[in-house]
Amino acid sequence: MSDDAKQSIVRSTLNGRPRRDFVPDNMLLVDFLRETVGLTGTKIGCDGGECGCCTVLIDGEPRHACLTLAAVCDGTEIETIESLDTGGRLAAIQRGFNEKLGAQCGFCTPGMVMAAEGLLRENPNPTDDDIRAGLAANICRCTGYVKILEAVHFAADELAGRNKEAAA
Amino acid sequence: MNEIKKDVKPAKVIGVPRPLIDGPEKVSGKALYAADFIPYDHMVGRIFRSPVAHANIIEVDTSKAEALSGVLGVVTGDDCDEGFGVLPIARYEYPLARERVRYRGEPVAAVAAVDVETAQKALDLIEFKYDELPAYFTSEEAMAPDAVSLHEHREGNIERDVDYDLGDVDGGFADADLVLEREYNCAEICQVQSEPHAAIAEYDAERDYMTVRASTQVPFYVHLMLAKTLKMDQSRIRMIKPHIGGGFGCRTECLNVELICALLARKAKGTVRLVVNREETFITHRGRPETDVKLKVGMKKDGAITAVDCQAIQRGGAYGGYGIVTILYAGSLINGIYQLDAVRYNGLRVLTNTPPPGAMRGHGTVDVRYGFEAILDELSVELGLDPIEVRRKNLLKEPYETLNEMFINSYGLPEALDIVERESGWKDKRGKPGKSGDGKYRGLGVGCAHYPCGASKPVNWTGEPHATVHLKLDWDASITVLTGAPEIGQGSSTMVAQCAAEVLGLDMTRFQVHSGDSKLVPKDNGAYSSRITYMVGNASIEAAQNLKTILVEAAARKLDARPEDIECLGEVYRAASQDEGLTFEEVVMAALEGTGTITVKGNFDTLPESHGTRKFRGGAIGGSMAYAYAAEVVQVAVDPDTAEVEVEQVWVAQDVGRALNPLSVEGQIQGSVWMGMGQAFCEGTRFHNGLPITGNMLDYRVPSIVESPPIDTHIVESVDPNGPYGAKEAGETSLAAFIPAYTNAIADALGVRPIDLPVTPDRLMELIEAKETEERVAAARDSSVAAE
Repeated sequence: MSDDAKQSIVRSTLNGRPRRDFVPDNMLLVDFLRETVGLTGTKIGCDGGECGCCTVLIDGEPRHACLTLAAVCDGTEIETIESLDTGGRLAAIQRGFNEKLGAQCGFCTPGMVMAAEGLLRENPNPTDDDIRAGLAANICRCTGYVKILEAVHFAADELAGRNKEAAA
Repeated sequence: MNEIKKDVKPAKVIGVPRPLIDGPEKVSGKALYAADFIPYDHMVGRIFRSPVAHANIIEVDTSKAEALSGVLGVVTGDDCDEGFGVLPIARYEYPLARERVRYRGEPVAAVAAVDVETAQKALDLIEFKYDELPAYFTSEEAMAPDAVSLHEHREGNIERDVDYDLGDVDGGFADADLVLEREYNCAEICQVQSEPHAAIAEYDAERDYMTVRASTQVPFYVHLMLAKTLKMDQSRIRMIKPHIGGGFGCRTECLNVELICALLARKAKGTVRLVVNREETFITHRGRPETDVKLKVGMKKDGAITAVDCQAIQRGGAYGGYGIVTILYAGSLINGIYQLDAVRYNGLRVLTNTPPPGAMRGHGTVDVRYGFEAILDELSVELGLDPIEVRRKNLLKEPYETLNEMFINSYGLPEALDIVERESGWKDKRGKPGKSGDGKYRGLGVGCAHYPCGASKPVNWTGEPHATVHLKLDWDASITVLTGAPEIGQGSSTMVAQCAAEVLGLDMTRFQVHSGDSKLVPKDNGAYSSRITYMVGNASIEAAQNLKTILVEAAARKLDARPEDIECLGEVYRAASQDEGLTFEEVVMAALEGTGTITVKGNFDTLPESHGTRKFRGGAIGGSMAYAYAAEVVQVAVDPDTAEVEVEQVWVAQDVGRALNPLSVEGQIQGSVWMGMGQAFCEGTRFHNGLPITGNMLDYRVPSIVESPPIDTHIVESVDPNGPYGAKEAGETSLAAFIPAYTNAIADALGVRPIDLPVTPDRLMELIEAKETEERVAAARDSSVAAE
């Protein structure tokens, strides 16, 4: 790190675990997550705020980790893609992206999934337009988004107990 | 003894929609891409790039950078005098510029340092002295008679001039009732794959051994070029392809990124991580070249095409890359979709001071196909014919041999046209100009396209088969598929496993796939030209058949029966006469007894008749074992005040031969349609004095989910006689069809025909205003004539 960068103490909850880190004030959250902590699920796809691949949840809200300084995350709860599957089972939104082929190359997927997860917590029954609005900041270059819409609907249905396959 | 279920049947794997075999890794964030390898002791690589577009290099002084504490290695053009390139006849690009720089952003030097800040400081300390030369940013400028040659061996800045005449073209035009001539300018397109380029190279100086992980579609071409540029024995290099965040052709040739990373690692004697940013990825794009398409097509009153004359000029950037192939494809793929009896083609691939484009999705065919399908529409309308009927009139009848000796053995275009005509409500909705209730103008347009299933003639001829797959059967009764076919998100690993699983009648859970590690898997040419399903799929089938033979023989030995009497039900093998049988595990034990773990192989080779024509130089390009076909209808709504075009719905039908995995096939088709949409309405690179000014995802805008339409996707199965289970390609064909369907729909809505791509609102507004002015002038003239 830069020799004379000022540093701050950041107390956060990262993927459910409390942490106390000493981070340079100019360090981006995405670099902190990937390089300091080693959570490489969060991706970098652009030079800042263009692609949405680095979307994480901060206090439940989707945020670009590449436009957020790690130092300002003091007192927050941060969730990354690695936090979603629990007890060896993928979360509903992850199953949606897997089953409906919302992910092809998978590089935008962590950000897309976290944005969709944030949306579903806010709005468990989104319409197509709600999903379009919720994922407007996330670029996918593989799918044409058709199956991403289906993936989010699948997850919403599963969370509401509407999917037969989920019950089986 | 394992219990045998009574009503066991072979598993049905082909034709069943299924998620990708590596899907769970991707949705959970566990999938590792090249930039995700971050070992503690790595060095950060950074590239110093040329600030000018064309100059002779006087000096690259790196002494101050080398002296900086924390800098562990610096390389320049002096560190590598071996050229690289995908085509053996065009390997004149160097990882780092030597003697001359030829585009703004071309790598000149690179540093490896302990951290990002030090690397960045080191770049600032590099002194680059140069003597500027005139630079050319358009094909026209570069072709001017007094232009300086970018390369001494490419006089007049022409990388390749293709010229041929097949059939009686002049006679065809003489026979036509209507001949139209149009010129289309199509902007340069970048892939903008989600993952920026990245490489990590680990050099073990003790053993003189290099391990490289890189974002590539062609790990074995990279392997070859690493050996060449590093002057290392191929056996001392291990090339690993991790997960890849999309390709679309940007990585179908070795890029300078991988080579520079390895050069740095060797120089610094350690592990170097070179992750380039999005702007650098745009510079290293290898996208679709800017193309000027000049088309002349003749048609009879009944819609029959009589002759085609096409000129394509591609702005090829500063180095060859795939360029020669791209300009040849642009001509050869005029053929093979309709019955054409007279075709003239002139293609010029021009060298310019811009970053070199490459083999983007729909390689070579897209811009010419756009022009062709647009002019077909215009001819239809002028002759008062239905554009779909005109296409029907010109359908070919398989088996068919084109003028350039491409063989069409399966052809689902007629059915695809029927489907999109029916599903879109074409007959009721098209040709109804005028404002809708909401003040918008609506229209429908059609477009068709095709694409080969792998280039039949290999680029690097070594005598190897086109594809080889290994299947490893182990004591745990699982099968590991070892394939060099790079999974880049297109689903190839799933496809290869499916093909083997179907032969053996086993569920996919018995399979794992390893793809892309040069020390483990058989060599494979890579993910390009839609070759994998056709070629590697067939190799996988052959490998599985070989394995099945071994298993059947083992079962026969165990059951004391003749192999021909053994019935293979996947999980159970039994002799026809017996009720009891052996479980798959028992058969595996019997097969491995005394020999241990078994690895079998399967190969695939193309038929010589699919290798293209010898009628002209480069006639092999376009030759393929099969061609996939697509028809699309697009519905647009145009706001006449803003000229904003909304794509309301797309109907697409693609003949994929056989959908091995319908879910994946749909995904590929939808992605293609959508990528065509980006090219049609918003994408295109721009340069200002050679400076890329669209090197980010805001200025080079790809469509977001907000403006992306529903895509009604239909699969046509023509069952190709030579494809794996009849399959053909699924991932490229539908791209090109979107673009003309879109512009034809705008013409249907407005009576104004867009020409140049992308069709931005300001361009369309100009056309609308020009038409209104024309109408006003005509009206004024009519009224003054009436007054006289």
